[in-house]
Amino acid sequence: MVLESQQLVNAQGEALTVDQAISNLRQTADPSLRYYAAWWLGRFRVRDGAAIAALVEALKDETDRAPDGGYPLRRNAARALGKLGDRTVVPALMGCLSCPDYYVREAAIQALEMLGDDVCVPALRAMLAGGIEAATQVEGKPHLVQPYNAILEALGSLGARAAVEEVAPFLDHPVPQVQNAAARAMYQLTGDAAYCNRLVQVLQGPNLQLRRSAMMDLGAVGYLPAAGAIAATLAENSLKLIALQGVLEHHLQATDFPESSLSSEARQVMALMDDLL
Amino acid sequence: MASPSAELAALINAVETADSKAGIVQAVWALAAANDPRAIPTLIEVLGYNNPGAAVAATEGLVSLGEVAVPALLEQLDGHNYGARAWAIRALALIQDPRALNVLVETARGDFALSVRRAAAKGLGTLNWSKLPEAAVESAQTEALTTLIEAVADPEWVVRYAAVVGLAALAAALPPGGNADQIRPALETVVKHDSVPAVQARAQMALDSFAQK
Repeated sequence: MVLESQQLVNAQGEALTVDQAISNLRQTADPSLRYYAAWWLGRFRVRDGAAIAALVEALKDETDRAPDGGYPLRRNAARALGKLGDRTVVPALMGCLSCPDYYVREAAIQALEMLGDDVCVPALRAMLAGGIEAATQVEGKPHLVQPYNAILEALGSLGARAAVEEVAPFLDHPVPQVQNAAARAMYQLTGDAAYCNRLVQVLQGPNLQLRRSAMMDLGAVGYLPAAGAIAATLAENSLKLIALQGVLEHHLQATDFPESSLSSEARQVMALMDDLL
Repeated sequence: MASPSAELAALINAVETADSKAGIVQAVWALAAANDPRAIPTLIEVLGYNNPGAAVAATEGLVSLGEVAVPALLEQLDGHNYGARAWAIRALALIQDPRALNVLVETARGDFALSVRRAAAKGLGTLNWSKLPEAAVESAQTEALTTLIEAVADPEWVVRYAAVVGLAALAAALPPGGNADQIRPALETVVKHDSVPAVQARAQMALDSFAQK
């Protein structure tokens, strides 16, 4: 796009070049420069060999440590690698699945989902071992023992049909967000609309956070019959528009737009979107 | 029996004294439903409460009051915090009064919040041109058109989508020939070159609607 060069300017108005970003990432004196460079390379989709090598290196960083023992740079490096579309980094990301930092594991799983290589499926299934009984809260932390939402969503997106029996029990996990993630995955793995209808039910519920997450799940899987319910749920128009964009684009792809003309369903979804602008 | 103005005072008082977020939302809906121009200052005040539910209610109230709310909305645009400004611009876009043209142009071009650029872009297409003196219509429409043609290159997809919606509405309002002739090629470019399928599809829908005429 014409605006590409403007987008290369960061929030403070400072421009980075690819070479600067890579050298910022490689130095170790200033952790904040490294952290920012890792984000920047992902944000601007820098698919340069040297950038990818530096990001893979950063997945093993020991110098940038959070007060809780976490690895902030590793998290950002994993997120960036997910955006760069280079599957040669899959083994390095899979190495992060046993990182002691929950958020590194979560970022790595999301990156693996984006890269779309199903070689990671057995490793993801192994992370569901013990089922919902093992999927408990970590004492003193705001999260469960594994990033179950990310695991379930990745298994769904990767079409891991062999994992259906391991995913299904999570429909009954006590944490509603995990139930949503399981429903979304089960729909992707089985095509059974009943799972999406569970998410549509959540849209009528009293909890805003859950309505938001169900809406984004329905958008992510592109469940067309939910379009009206998404438009009507009580939540921000900005999020409804993103969810409806997901529904619309899924349908456009299925109906072979722009080679074929617009379907009446596509027009209906756009009419809903027009009213939310 | 309370006089009409005592009833209104009670509704305003309920907004000002509500002691919970939910209580405020309820009181604002009640005040909005009164549909009384004397509620305008309070409704505008609510836009700055940082309470989205209440802001939705107040915006709805201001929009249903329509053009009578426009001078106060325009006057108070700069005196408010950022959130309030965004809601006020949404209200102005929905009221469709052409006195908001300059504000909408400026917002669609340069606001940093994409949700506000989005509302302004759609609003630019749906202004009620018949409210302008006849001699002023053409130059106002040209300004809206120029701004929307710029906005279809916005970095955010949803702003481009809104600009397409604005262009489609403007095409319906413009007399054939002249300026209107710029709209079709602009939409065709979007269909061919936009990177986001939802935006391409919306432009195609607009072109299809021209073909039916």
